[in-house]
Amino acid sequence: MLRLPCPYCGERDEPEFRFAGEPAVRPGSDVGDAVWAAYLYMRSNEKGPHREVWSHAGGCGQFFLLERDTVSHAVLRALRPGEAS
Amino acid sequence: MRRLAAGGAIDRTRPLGFIWEGRKLSGFAGDTIASALLANGIGVIGRSFKYHRPRGVYGAWTEEPNAIVDVALGARHDPNARASLVPLEAGMVVGGVNAWPNVRRDALGLIDLFHRFIPAGFYYKTFKSPSWGAFETRIRAMAGLGVMRPEPDRLLYDTRHVETDVLVVGGGAAGVAAARAAASAGLGVMLADDRAAWGGVLQAEGGVIDGMEAAAWAAAAVGEMRGATLLGRTTVFGAYDHNAFGLLEQRRDAAGGWAEERVWLVRARQVVLAAGAIERPLVFPGNDRPGIMSAAAVLQYVRHYAVLPGREVVIATNNDTAYATAAALVAAGASVTVADARPEAPGRDGLRVRAGCVPVGTGGRHGVKWVDLALRDALSNRERVRCDLLAISGGWSPSVHLHSQAGGTLRWDDAAAAFLPGVAREGWHLAGAVTGPVGLGAALGQGHAAGVAAAAALGRVVHVAPPETPARAVEAPIGAMWFVDVADRRQWIDFQNDVTLGDVALAARENYASVEHLKRYTTLGMANDQGKTSNINGIAALAAMTGRAIGEVGTTTFRPPYVPVSLGALAGMRHGRLFAPIREVPAAADHLANGAVMREYGGWRRPAAYLRIGETVAAAIAREAASVRQGVGLFDGSSLGKIEVAGPDAAAFLNVMFYNEVANLKVGRLRYCLMLRETGVVFDDGVVARLAAERYLLSPSSSHTEGVLAMLRAWQQTEFPAMRVVFHDVTAAWATFAVSGPRAGVLVGRLSSDIDIGDGALPHMAVAEGVIEGLPGRIARVSFTGERGYEISVPARHGAAMWRHLLGLGEDVTLYGIEALSVLRAEKGFILIGTDTDGMTLPADLGITAPLRNKAVDFVGKRSLLTPDALRADRRQFVGVLPEDPGFVPAVGSHAMVDGRSVGWVTTSCHSPALGRSIGLGMIEGGRGRIGETMEIFHLGKTSRAVIGEACHFDRAGERLHG
Ligand SMILES: [Zn+2]
Repeated sequence: MLRLPCPYCGERDEPEFRFAGEPAVRPGSDVGDAVWAAYLYMRSNEKGPHREVWSHAGGCGQFFLLERDTVSHAVLRALRPGEAS
Repeated sequence: MRRLAAGGAIDRTRPLGFIWEGRKLSGFAGDTIASALLANGIGVIGRSFKYHRPRGVYGAWTEEPNAIVDVALGARHDPNARASLVPLEAGMVVGGVNAWPNVRRDALGLIDLFHRFIPAGFYYKTFKSPSWGAFETRIRAMAGLGVMRPEPDRLLYDTRHVETDVLVVGGGAAGVAAARAAASAGLGVMLADDRAAWGGVLQAEGGVIDGMEAAAWAAAAVGEMRGATLLGRTTVFGAYDHNAFGLLEQRRDAAGGWAEERVWLVRARQVVLAAGAIERPLVFPGNDRPGIMSAAAVLQYVRHYAVLPGREVVIATNNDTAYATAAALVAAGASVTVADARPEAPGRDGLRVRAGCVPVGTGGRHGVKWVDLALRDALSNRERVRCDLLAISGGWSPSVHLHSQAGGTLRWDDAAAAFLPGVAREGWHLAGAVTGPVGLGAALGQGHAAGVAAAAALGRVVHVAPPETPARAVEAPIGAMWFVDVADRRQWIDFQNDVTLGDVALAARENYASVEHLKRYTTLGMANDQGKTSNINGIAALAAMTGRAIGEVGTTTFRPPYVPVSLGALAGMRHGRLFAPIREVPAAADHLANGAVMREYGGWRRPAAYLRIGETVAAAIAREAASVRQGVGLFDGSSLGKIEVAGPDAAAFLNVMFYNEVANLKVGRLRYCLMLRETGVVFDDGVVARLAAERYLLSPSSSHTEGVLAMLRAWQQTEFPAMRVVFHDVTAAWATFAVSGPRAGVLVGRLSSDIDIGDGALPHMAVAEGVIEGLPGRIARVSFTGERGYEISVPARHGAAMWRHLLGLGEDVTLYGIEALSVLRAEKGFILIGTDTDGMTLPADLGITAPLRNKAVDFVGKRSLLTPDALRADRRQFVGVLPEDPGFVPAVGSHAMVDGRSVGWVTTSCHSPALGRSIGLGMIEGGRGRIGETMEIFHLGKTSRAVIGEACHFDRAGERLHG
């Protein structure tokens, strides 16, 4: 059970959050099939520092970007959408 | 009787009667079942898992591998209790497991004679032809320990969630010293120990701390801590990410009709692990007989429970700790011989010590009667020594379980002959015997230092001095001995699962050289003691057999839980009605009064059908569905989702979210729309209403409301943060009733309302807000049945009154439930998301293609509808299914077969009252191109025939909507 920092509410327990996948940049609808398929399905699933989108679904309902080490589970930082990365 | 005349922590004024295998026995308050059985001279209390060998008590606490019993008391029943862990209570009925007719004369004990033919891996090699399934039933009947009772568990369980500054695991000398120090710094301390009294091994070993008797010091130190949470009888069973812990609290004494077991989920800022160590057995031929016990356990039975397990005792050891047991036994009047494997064994006053001597065999069917001793360097030269108790000590394994679960590292230490903790996780401090062999002084010093370090990490200063204890003589080092190198390999390593040295040798010979493979192949360490006594001996044996160092072999992965935790305790209050609370509609009581059969649909309890006297559910469904098409029906649709979407950009945002065009929807109008995932798959359908230029009302499926809301939020926040739009789930705020049928307009016309429901003002797919019977509300012209329909919404708190009011308007109204609605919508070919569709269904598969052709803006999922796969001609398409036999209703899921190949399946089927025959819906490859063709329907070996048709079976022109 991770302890995650919501950029709006502070540190809360994992069951309050919902994982929303790796961040992906949405291509325009004029891209080819391969680019669109990569956007939909291809994930990097990094070992080590990793960027993820989470939502504080059981709290403020806000989505945010989390940088987390998938080996040590250390939380590196949490960013609001649009915050400098 | 083997009870000593004096001493121990038992309460001799409170005798407790209990039953053992049909016999009436007696113990005292403060006994465990194990100590009471030993006190009564009961030697055999179980049978081993595989060979059904007689087994007695070996240990005194969580390490116990043998003494598994069935315990019943009132509503409580534990089919696999460990006798060493269960406090004795008056009236307990205790019996052996895995034995018939009883543990002393077990019919399957003969299996032991055939042990040569059932080595490790026996199952994998033997029961594979023709298949495992051919043997499974008989083997399962022979295997296993206790037997569950079929009744539901009536005990109460509870869960607590807490945060703490410092969690101290273990209430022995080191743990108490750490907790005491941290508490003095003003920190919130949680101290957990699985025993009822503080002090851990001090209870049995004694000693002096700060001038007091050691256990009394522990009790006093704990009593003086301010603001600490003290959890006795509480096992920390799991260490999880970010210093989260699971604790199991046994509250039998405090229960008083409330939860007997409580799970604490704790988040700790700092952690002190003072979990101690567990004594290992010595491995030698015949080391599993009743009467062969852990030396440390014997010490506890003598000192703590005032039980003398034997009078003629041999102690076999390879380290100094067993000498405390020897001293206690001598003081209690036993005669003691010590066989010390170390050539330079220390001499002791009043003891016969045989240096360099090890046990090489034992005898005695129902209890040890003799042991053969031999010099380690002359093993064939045996001397038989009579005994009724053989106490053994093979050294100590630190309880590093939680440290390892959390990700701490281990290192093998040859001098200590143990895996010791290496690098600990951040915020962890280890103290006492978990760090390796320590005396009392070092344990106290480490404990205090751990408390100081935890306080410093949190910016606090400790205000007590470290506890003091008189210096003791330094112990001699352990002399590692992992097994006896003789031909007889029936030297038990895992007592409970019957894994011997021979099994480890076989595994090594067959190249199961990884310790994880060894574990799976031999089941070593997989019993409910989880290898507490056996793992290290098994690893050491494997190392020797494969010519490697023990540190090179390594350990298996430590996983929670440290002790078995009942599923009831893990579930806590989350069972039965509280597992997933069911939502109720406002008029629920009225539905019951109206004869409704209530069932759960998508988390809501809703009327399935309304039964008249003597009517079956099937008859009620048919009557209700027919009545709606002939007169007027009333349906409670309050559970239907309602999400308000408002803001200057509401129209633009929703136009991206929905497949259908919604920006050009006129105020006061409705549109049926699909919502897609980005993959193009249909996620939900529903009616979108535009209540005002900047205010929409969505009606997602009852079970999809949360998902739709989550999806709206995700897209607004992550893709379109600049759009000014807000969402509000108002599902629970409104009660909604559907009036449907040719006479629906007559009924709704009798309502007192300022809303004009004339077809001119309120045509099909229109909505108006106003006042209904004095309440703020809405009336929508919409139909889920294909008949003229109205949806009346009023505030939820007036829902029940409005339901009764609609019933009293003088019309002959038929109440209809979900099941009749399902029939009506099937007749019309209306899709039910998740029933007719699945995770691959695209809108074109449902025949809804206009938005993709006509909609100008890019919407969620659009690009996915243009891939080669989305445009394949042979995709499964939504069609109707008409069985040739009009009385045959094909099962949902039946295969649609063309030319002997499955081309899809039936998704919906029922008897249609309107058509007087069976109908169905299905998803069939290239289905619309097959309309008019005959196919076969295959289900459970039976085949029938059906015609593929239009999904809409009834009133294809839709004239009845306006009728
Ligand atoms: Zn939040």
